[in-house]
Amino acid sequence: MEIKEQKREADLLRFITCGSVDDGKSTLIGRLLYDTKTIFEDQLQNIERTSQQRGEEYVNLALLTDGLRAEREQGITIDVAYRYFATPNRKFIMADTPGHIQYTRNMVTGASTANLAIVLVDARKGVIEQTCRHTFITSLLKIDHVILCVNKMDLVGFSEEVFNKIKTDFETFISRLDIADVSYIPVSALQGDNIVNRSESMPWYEGPTLLYTLENVHLGSDLNFVDARFPVQYVSRPQTTEYHDFRGYAGRVEGGVFKPGDEVMILPSGFTSTINSIETFDGPLAEAFPPMSVTITLADEIDISRGDMIVKPNNQPQASQDVELMICWMNEKPLVKGRKYIIRHTTREAKCLVKEIRYKMNINTLHKIEDDLSIGLNDIARIAIRTTVPLFYDEYRRNSATGSLILVDEFTNETLAAGIIL
Amino acid sequence: MGYQPWTMDETDMSYSYKLSYLKQLEAESIYIMREAVAQFEKPVLLFSGGKDSIVMAHLARKAFWPAKLPFPMLHVDTGHNFPETIEFRDYLVNKIGARLVVRTVQDSIDQGLAVEEKGPNPSRNGLQTVTLLSAIEEFKFDVAFGGARRDEEKARAKERFFSHRDEFSQWDPKNQRPELWHLYNGRKNPGEHFRVFPLSNWTELDIWQYISEEELELPSIYFSHQREIVNRQGVLLAKSEFITLLKGEQYEEKTIRFRTVGDMSCTGAVESPASNLDDIIAEVAAARVTERAARADDQRSEAAMEDRKKQGYF
Repeated sequence: MEIKEQKREADLLRFITCGSVDDGKSTLIGRLLYDTKTIFEDQLQNIERTSQQRGEEYVNLALLTDGLRAEREQGITIDVAYRYFATPNRKFIMADTPGHIQYTRNMVTGASTANLAIVLVDARKGVIEQTCRHTFITSLLKIDHVILCVNKMDLVGFSEEVFNKIKTDFETFISRLDIADVSYIPVSALQGDNIVNRSESMPWYEGPTLLYTLENVHLGSDLNFVDARFPVQYVSRPQTTEYHDFRGYAGRVEGGVFKPGDEVMILPSGFTSTINSIETFDGPLAEAFPPMSVTITLADEIDISRGDMIVKPNNQPQASQDVELMICWMNEKPLVKGRKYIIRHTTREAKCLVKEIRYKMNINTLHKIEDDLSIGLNDIARIAIRTTVPLFYDEYRRNSATGSLILVDEFTNETLAAGIIL
Repeated sequence: MGYQPWTMDETDMSYSYKLSYLKQLEAESIYIMREAVAQFEKPVLLFSGGKDSIVMAHLARKAFWPAKLPFPMLHVDTGHNFPETIEFRDYLVNKIGARLVVRTVQDSIDQGLAVEEKGPNPSRNGLQTVTLLSAIEEFKFDVAFGGARRDEEKARAKERFFSHRDEFSQWDPKNQRPELWHLYNGRKNPGEHFRVFPLSNWTELDIWQYISEEELELPSIYFSHQREIVNRQGVLLAKSEFITLLKGEQYEEKTIRFRTVGDMSCTGAVESPASNLDDIIAEVAAARVTERAARADDQRSEAAMEDRKKQGYF
């Protein structure tokens, strides 16, 4: 397939690939890039040379994505790597997330911006603990589309029976999760079966290839066009002769549609005003919607600063200092109940106190653990926090931009946890 | 208001409210730049005169319009530039009313901070790091915008939008902060700084399509022209005072252009008749080698970029 003409109205799919260490994930990605002609000749020559030096029989496509020295040496993927490829109708941003257990935080990172997840299993091993962990995170982060790729079909004689068994096991597992759309594809990443080209070895499989599925997944409802939300990022006061009295509120529309003339309310002050104009470098706009970055001017002079939110009076977000969260803990140092942490939510920064640890998830059984409430690296738990100032939020399932936050260590400044507002 | 699943009407609405891929990238970059300016005190934009930093400067104008850029641009000058790039740099800075700071590798060498490589054609590529870091220290910049893209190179594919540098300006790729949703954590201790990469998600083709769509001006060396070059192990180097011919080498005139803009001593040309943006876009779309393949500085070892980045390179 030759990508000569990229249509300018092409849309964008962000997806993640996850699987356990030896499922052949890097090979699958290498295959996608190779078969869509995204890999360049010099990159291919580089990895051919390295493969030969190592005495490997075939060109090791995994070498394309293992960008760090330690990864190549240990043959594992440590950090999220982002890859880009395109077909005429769609551009793809792929986050390659490591399956290695100690780096699960990176999977959450990759998943937080994805619309689709490819979950990879080894046909010889079937659905294992890692598969469940990754699928659970996928559902927790509201990724609506999941593709279960059963890889290494060549090593199980391209057996339909093996594929069906894995499919049934996975169906049983996800029946307890909330995932809108699941596809099942038997593949051999090494040999290229059902990745871009149809497999000749599995005539029993009549479904689409992986690339076809990626190209045709329906993306429509990812953004919220209903609840108007505009967190103020930056107050623009040029103070030049030409724009002497200009006062604009720069930010990104995180929900709904804003138009000049709309009546708006500013949180937390509660003052109301009217949108005077929606400004951009390219001229004023008749309306602004997600995910546009614009500058809003208002009819009235109101004291507004970074962290405030512009909304519509008849559709306000929840406002509270007491918030219930699901968190994924991402640091070696455990969560301490009663400790203060910094939170970042939309453009707001505040402090919070961890009031309660309600339960920890056993993500293999999906049971709640209530007798061991120690929360360490990679744990997923439900907690209650109290914040120093009210947060203006929506349920994560309704709006992931206003429904997400991070916890930050006030001493080391490390990002400690991803929080999903319930 | 309770939660309601999407109805058909709302799905249709999302279609009419669709932003093109390039406009999505633009909105993301603007968001990142505003976020960095809001979170830090002394930002600077690293400007090389190349197409990526030209796009970045354009996005910065969009992000802060109608105000002027709320930060200066810094050019780390190796002294091995294409004259066309410097000419363009000064033209652009003047046109957009930006402030430009230039710090030179030669000064770093003269001050004893850096030592010139040995050999007939020393590259000053690695030495730029020394000059960059001393400029960051001199001006107490706490965040520097870089035009690096993740598609350029595999170590860069693992870079964050907000990339933390310790007090020695080092990048620790195995201990990067997780970056979730679009919540960027720019908190730091005194003496540390951040590199912010607004173009992370752009590809080479996206950059060219955007340049075309926005009708941006570029240095002339990106377009096809006649030039005397020498073919050194497959890298086509332009004739300049920075190149000493080795035994058996000779200059020949070719029709070439440059895909990237770096030092004259290490930036290779490609033979190309592409003299306008449409031709270049067609050429990039059909290209079979990466733009960095022509960079002698990246050919040194498999981890050349990772090693330079760890030390504080762009």
